[in-house]
Amino acid sequence: MRVSLSWLREHVDLPAGLDADGLEKALVKVGLEVEELIDAGATVSGPLVVGRVESIEELQGLKKPIRYCLVDVGGAQPQGIVCGARNFAEGDLVVVALPGAVLPGDFAISARKTYGRVSNGMICSGQELGVSDDHDGIIVLPCGPDNPETAKPGDEARPLVGLDDVVVEVNVTPDRGYCFSVRGIARELSHSLGGAYRDPVAAVVPLEGDGAPAYPIEVLDSVACDRFTAVAVRGVDPAAPSPQWIRQRLATAGVRSISLPVDITNYVMIEMGQPMHAWDLERLTGPLVVRRAQAGEKLTTLDGVARALDPEDIIIADDTGVVSLAAVMGGSTTEVSPATVDVLFEAAHWDPRSVARTIRRHKLPSEAGKRYERGVDPQITAVACARAAALLAEYGGGTVSTGVTDVSSVVPPAPITMSVARPSELAGVEYSQERVLEILAMIGTQVVADGDLLTVTPPSWRHDLNDPADLAEEVLRLDGYDRIPSVLPIAPPGRGLTATQRRRRTVGRALADAGYVETLCYPFVGTHTLDALRIPAGDPRRDTVLLRNPLSDEEPALRTTLLPPLLATLRRNLGRGLRDLALFEIGLVFLPNGPLGVAPAAGADGPPSAEELAAVDELLPRQPWHVAAVIAGDAEPAGWWGGGRPADWADAVEAARSVAAAAGVELTVRAAAQAPWHPGRCAALLVGDTVVGHAGELHPAVCADLDLPRRTVAMELDLDALPIPGVSIAPRLSSFPTALIDVALVVDAATPAGEVEAALAEGAGPLLESVRLFDVYSGAQLGEGRKSLAYKLTFRAPDRTLTGEEALAARDAAVAAAASRLGAVLRGA
Amino acid sequence: MTYRNDPYDPKQAALLDQSALDDAVAAADKAFSGAGDLDALAALKHQHLGDRAPVSLARREIGSLPPAAKADAGKRVNLARVAIQGAYDARLAVLTAEREERVLVEEAVDVTLPTGRRPVGAQHPLTKIMDRVGDLFVSMGYEVAEGPEVEWEWYNFDALNMHPAHPARSMMDTFFVAAGGAGAPARDEDSRVVLRTHTSPVQARTMTTRKPPIYIVCPGRVYRTDELDATHTPVFHQVEGLVVDKGITMGHLKGTLDNFVKGMFGPQAKTRLRPSYFPFVEPGAEIDLWFPQHRDGPRWVEWGGCGMVNPRVLRACGIDPEEYSGFAFGMGIERALMFRNEAADMRDMVEGDVRYARAFGWEA
Repeated sequence: MRVSLSWLREHVDLPAGLDADGLEKALVKVGLEVEELIDAGATVSGPLVVGRVESIEELQGLKKPIRYCLVDVGGAQPQGIVCGARNFAEGDLVVVALPGAVLPGDFAISARKTYGRVSNGMICSGQELGVSDDHDGIIVLPCGPDNPETAKPGDEARPLVGLDDVVVEVNVTPDRGYCFSVRGIARELSHSLGGAYRDPVAAVVPLEGDGAPAYPIEVLDSVACDRFTAVAVRGVDPAAPSPQWIRQRLATAGVRSISLPVDITNYVMIEMGQPMHAWDLERLTGPLVVRRAQAGEKLTTLDGVARALDPEDIIIADDTGVVSLAAVMGGSTTEVSPATVDVLFEAAHWDPRSVARTIRRHKLPSEAGKRYERGVDPQITAVACARAAALLAEYGGGTVSTGVTDVSSVVPPAPITMSVARPSELAGVEYSQERVLEILAMIGTQVVADGDLLTVTPPSWRHDLNDPADLAEEVLRLDGYDRIPSVLPIAPPGRGLTATQRRRRTVGRALADAGYVETLCYPFVGTHTLDALRIPAGDPRRDTVLLRNPLSDEEPALRTTLLPPLLATLRRNLGRGLRDLALFEIGLVFLPNGPLGVAPAAGADGPPSAEELAAVDELLPRQPWHVAAVIAGDAEPAGWWGGGRPADWADAVEAARSVAAAAGVELTVRAAAQAPWHPGRCAALLVGDTVVGHAGELHPAVCADLDLPRRTVAMELDLDALPIPGVSIAPRLSSFPTALIDVALVVDAATPAGEVEAALAEGAGPLLESVRLFDVYSGAQLGEGRKSLAYKLTFRAPDRTLTGEEALAARDAAVAAAASRLGAVLRGA
Repeated sequence: MTYRNDPYDPKQAALLDQSALDDAVAAADKAFSGAGDLDALAALKHQHLGDRAPVSLARREIGSLPPAAKADAGKRVNLARVAIQGAYDARLAVLTAEREERVLVEEAVDVTLPTGRRPVGAQHPLTKIMDRVGDLFVSMGYEVAEGPEVEWEWYNFDALNMHPAHPARSMMDTFFVAAGGAGAPARDEDSRVVLRTHTSPVQARTMTTRKPPIYIVCPGRVYRTDELDATHTPVFHQVEGLVVDKGITMGHLKGTLDNFVKGMFGPQAKTRLRPSYFPFVEPGAEIDLWFPQHRDGPRWVEWGGCGMVNPRVLRACGIDPEEYSGFAFGMGIERALMFRNEAADMRDMVEGDVRYARAFGWEA
């Protein structure tokens, strides 16, 4: 909502010296956010004066008509000025920028030779001065004996064209529909600064009419439309222009001037907040009917779009069919045109919710719609019609009809009962009863006090006042939030972070400490991303949650694995010339519970039922926390100490183990073949018997398709699948000496080392302190398809020094277990 | 000097002459002093303390002396030997110290060589800020509450006093989840499931499923259909707080915000409330934050919204507004990173360039 300070001053007394800064503070104090403030006086610098055109000489022999004018600008001699506009005559008062002036856009005016004459300045149009979009011609100021405020040549021109003004754009919150008007903003400024308020509505006598309608109107749906007022103005001069002051105020508000009747509807809308419509009476056929649209009905709106109507849309029809999408946009067939002589002004009140849905359904935001969906005063339609009719009669000639149509089923606002202490209890500030009553009166409510109990009837324009809390807010707001003290409430003792929250933090820190950089990727994926990962059809990761309105049609789904966005981020880093990268992410993945049904629509008056809550739980996708990590290039950097160590599958497993260690669980590993990993270099990660993730080297084709370095490695774990560990048990440390025994076992090359180690550990029994694989060897002397695994076994007893015999017996038991379970043979035996 | 008249070999006995012993001591002294390193000293040791050294030979001669002379000669030979050994030990200590010194010099390295042997990781600065916010409120007795990002519309809107036609609802550019989904024919039907547009549904869930007193803070990721640019991102992070208890006032809200910003921005930080509107609170306010370390000097910056929980919201979530009142507040984490850490472009926060997170270190 854009409006000028001068317009506001007509309706509220403001301090004489109020500048842009002061205006902003005053608006913000009462909750009107200032989007933009333009000090128009600062947009044109240097001499800008009133000039009288003394003589006009039409220059000949040029490609376009050019005038050389002598203009009296108040000096001893008239100034010669070249001008291309033609909408002025000798004797007219015009606005002249003299040499030294600078117009918007850094346009400096100087005396210069043009078309063979010296031009000592410029006669300005509204557009050149930045006061309107009007470039049809230069500004001609009103003058003559009937205009007592006629300016003289040489006068300062800024006040005459609105260049001494401040223009403010206010961001109106959805609850304050009434602030989409000079009426509302002036009222709030009066609350803020205390100056007297003059309601523009109170200044107009509503049309009573002679009992006959201005035009036959039938309202079939009083929920959709609870007020419809219309008045006719006949015999209007179709050529009559809008007066300069209306055009200027509309321009300030950002509204284009169209024609006198339309400009008047817009002017009244901005002044009072009542949207209006101007019909061409001659183009209407039969009575106007207000109703909901019927299935199949169509309307071509003013913007030229043919629209299929929805049965919820409120429309106005005449005998020819639908002629207007009520409250939102008129039809093209009945609009006033440059030939219109008989005008019907309509001011109505429409159901905000229906209007809101119509706006969204047809994607038709409009100035009128914006106001209706936020709430318009239903009691000012007759005043708005009177104001519009009077303006049209004054500036366009014509006669106001004696008949007035006014159909009303407006329900007056219900009174609200509030304890006078309520605002004090809410704020923690003691407001006296007098102060509460003063503020409630200020905003226009009617209050009846019965002891401590107030019965408050809100004014017709405050549809947002429904509850005691709404009234209490007004007291807090207008008394000032700065009066509210700062008091820290004492919360009951808390339990700290939950175990899963602590775990997520620990995991993040552990990965960062291990050299991984955290990313927070967008979770959007598309089929092509899953294809690139070679995730097969039927894989549950292809069962995605789909968005109806994704940012990109390429990526309409939510991730079921963290890897696609993470690998895309890896590629972005590579594209920026970064190498040897290790990334991780901790985030949600989205796993549908089958095809998504429609969730219940619970009311807002009370909590949903247990059944509804259960249905929602059932319906929403599972959203577990996952953690994933990727490495490309060297896992350990090269340097003066030597070459780097390229990342391999084991780094991915190690990353998973870091996560598990941070989470306090132990992972076991077994071979797996899972996309997008290399089928021979992929480890399934298990806790107990549950697979909780995978790690390894990416499939070479995946690396190629995604343009990633060969041998990029990755891991992903379902964090929520990891059990929360119990309390760690303190170990009993033995200080007796160890017995170290190395064994080399020859097994089939396909035998997993993990299983050999498990067999050794189990066979060795409780004396085994640790087992460490220190060499893997395969060679001709072992035979085809065989490998040797060399382990260092450390034995120690808790209570004594082990004898050689005890240690050897334990070793033999370990080897025997590996032999019986996996066919392992002691090397060299 | 008088001796008993015992027969002895005067040539051999000459070794026991005091002058001969003095000569041996002097010679050893001189030789050891001249030894340039431990190897030379080791060679000389044999010469002056070995079996064939003069003092060793002299000691052997003692046996040939008459008994009366033995004690005297033994004493003198021993003194000579101790003197030579002393000279040796002293020189050995000097040379050993010299060698140790030399080894240390030889082993010196250039300690300014780079030492980056491990890759450097980092957590994302937004994570660090959210953790810090969580810690501050946990220290005040709050709990950190979480909820799903794909959320029931009722929790995201209806419960928060935003009915389907509410203008505020259309202002939050919402991602809608399609009914059906992969594997089923995608229907154009509204599933009433959305990507949460704020973390407020976590508050609605908490109020619906728990009894007051409620003191929670909800950090998390939210979604709106903005295009990514320097100051917008469709996926961003918020933190919201909610208190529902008996006798909660707007003064408590103010006190909580003041305490919060002091924890985040230092003891001088403070807040100011400006009237505004959010459907789920009444009264509502914008939060302005003042802190001295702003890069353009101490000043007020906008940071989120707050207010007293609208009684309609309490009622919708099954809490009696006659018995309980509450406050709520919420702010953007990206925005905090912008004005607190002078981040200029939101794209840097979402693109995952490793240089970005690394630059913040462990504390952000």
